[in-house]
Amino acid sequence: MSTTTANTTPAAAEPVATPKVEGPWRRFISEFAESKLALLGLIVFVIIALVAIFAPWIAPQNPYDLAQLDIMDGRMEPGTVGGAGFTYWLGTDDQGRDMLSGIMYGLRISLLVGVGSAVIACAVGASLGMLAAYAGGRTDTVIMRLVDLQLSFPSILAALMILAFLGKGVMNVVLALVIVEWAYYARTVRGTALVERRREYIEAAQCLALPTRRIIFRHLLPNCMPPLIVVATMQIARAIALEATLSFLGLGVPITEPSLGLLISNGYEYMLSGKYWISFYPGIALLVTIVSINLMGDQLRDVLNPRLKK
Amino acid sequence: MSVYLLRRLLQSVLVMLAMSVIVFVGVFAIGDPVEILISPDADQMERERAIKALGLDLPLWQQYLSFLGNALRGDLGRSFVFNEPALQLILQRMPATLELALGATFLALIIGLPLGLYAGLKPKSPVSSAIMAGSILGFSLPTFWVGLMLIMVFAVQLGWLPSTGRGPTVEVLGLHWSFLTWDGLRHLAMPALNLALFKISLVIRLTRAGVRETMLMDYVKFARAKGLSPARVTYVHVFKNIMIPVVTVVGLELGSTIAFSVVTESVFAWPGMGKLIIDSINVLDRPVIVAYLMMIVLMFITINLLVDLAYSALDPRVRLENK
Repeated sequence: MSTTTANTTPAAAEPVATPKVEGPWRRFISEFAESKLALLGLIVFVIIALVAIFAPWIAPQNPYDLAQLDIMDGRMEPGTVGGAGFTYWLGTDDQGRDMLSGIMYGLRISLLVGVGSAVIACAVGASLGMLAAYAGGRTDTVIMRLVDLQLSFPSILAALMILAFLGKGVMNVVLALVIVEWAYYARTVRGTALVERRREYIEAAQCLALPTRRIIFRHLLPNCMPPLIVVATMQIARAIALEATLSFLGLGVPITEPSLGLLISNGYEYMLSGKYWISFYPGIALLVTIVSINLMGDQLRDVLNPRLKK
Repeated sequence: MSVYLLRRLLQSVLVMLAMSVIVFVGVFAIGDPVEILISPDADQMERERAIKALGLDLPLWQQYLSFLGNALRGDLGRSFVFNEPALQLILQRMPATLELALGATFLALIIGLPLGLYAGLKPKSPVSSAIMAGSILGFSLPTFWVGLMLIMVFAVQLGWLPSTGRGPTVEVLGLHWSFLTWDGLRHLAMPALNLALFKISLVIRLTRAGVRETMLMDYVKFARAKGLSPARVTYVHVFKNIMIPVVTVVGLELGSTIAFSVVTESVFAWPGMGKLIIDSINVLDRPVIVAYLMMIVLMFITINLLVDLAYSALDPRVRLENK
């Protein structure tokens, strides 16, 4: 914001030019906000993130404190008043756990796994992709063969296998997702970096004899960011969905740290007897989270794609 | 072309070998099958006899070499649980999975292409916005949850469709297919739609993006300037060019559809390979896990190869590059 004010102040002398002088951030934000849906996605995602972060303080119940659970409240319909005296707005599961609280705590695990794995995979993938593009030759071949190998294998199967080797656990799921996802970042960054490294500013930096690491991270990386941001946004949503799927199949997070996927899985057996809410509401929470991220990602792609700027 | 083909084949063999090592070593790291397969009451003698019979006493590399040698002869070991050849177990369940995957792909194309084309040609219309919003939903909906909801609505509440299983099958060419009977189709409808959901969105978006980018191309402007009818421009100049990415992705997606059927099969208790692999992981049935993975890798490599060849047939630029 400070850059934009700095830009507008000197321009204030000639008022006609003011609207034209925009910082790149300002332009980016206004183009992003052109889509009301994307803006909605952003708002919803911020709310979800806040709910997840502050769950222990705002949830009606701590669903993992067994002392607070009453088995007599099990499988209650949404809106029933329980033995503890408060209303279960979204019903209870078979253990008498308030679904609303369960979802709030579940969101924490889901977001932690999704964002955590995406950030780590992005760091690993972007570094390797940039290295491949910058070094070229054999390094490039080796890294890109690995990427091809990784991408020729569907993500769900790779994750399934890794978890079968490692066993359940939040960290294991994150590790599996990182192994599955790094290749997407690597391929994206390499593609962009291959174009960018032939530009004059990289040549100039090389002529100045700057250290390679500095050229890669200070000159090349910032210019590879736009596609990377788009991929990262989409990958967070994918990671959250994949984690939920793995947990549903019984290979993801342990029962002591249930994510949304595990909550849905718990409700599966009660579904056929018409007790829909145990699976339904966690699914809605999962859906809203993923949709909000994808709405943002969709607009980001349109804003950051130079091919559509004609 | 033949040099290109040969090089691609060699690459495929190398990838296959690399994957066999990864799969074998990876699967070897899963627990100790002796603990599961031999009753805890068995004495030392019995245990050793069983270990020998299963070949678990040999060093890892020797186990791998014998595995590789056998695999080349089509023998991927016997299932510890079913005591049947692992490959045979998988092949028995493959038609069910293929049927599901092909059904889903078919649905994706007949629903996705027209919607995508419309959204690409009329990007500003409210219908297009609705289609695009729907496609984001299709991307975002977790497959397994949609499956549950489908069961809840169509099987539990409305009672229109059966919730699980495959229904009666008809034998054609020695394989059992369920899409040939009415009841079988009713069983197939929900799982196939469930599996197709993601791909419908994908086809819509690919088609739309392709149309929007192609419409800006000079040859389209030229075709219009020449006074060709809009229909001809759309179906010949635009459609033909967007088919390249669509064919590639749908072809490549066939493999991942087969892989993702793991989820759909689990939800709908569809008796395919996916259900088998989940059960096998849970009981650490190593030969079946290894055999399944090798089958999938082989399938992927074959699909990739075929898509590459189709690509070079469709796009002359690719052909020229490889000459």
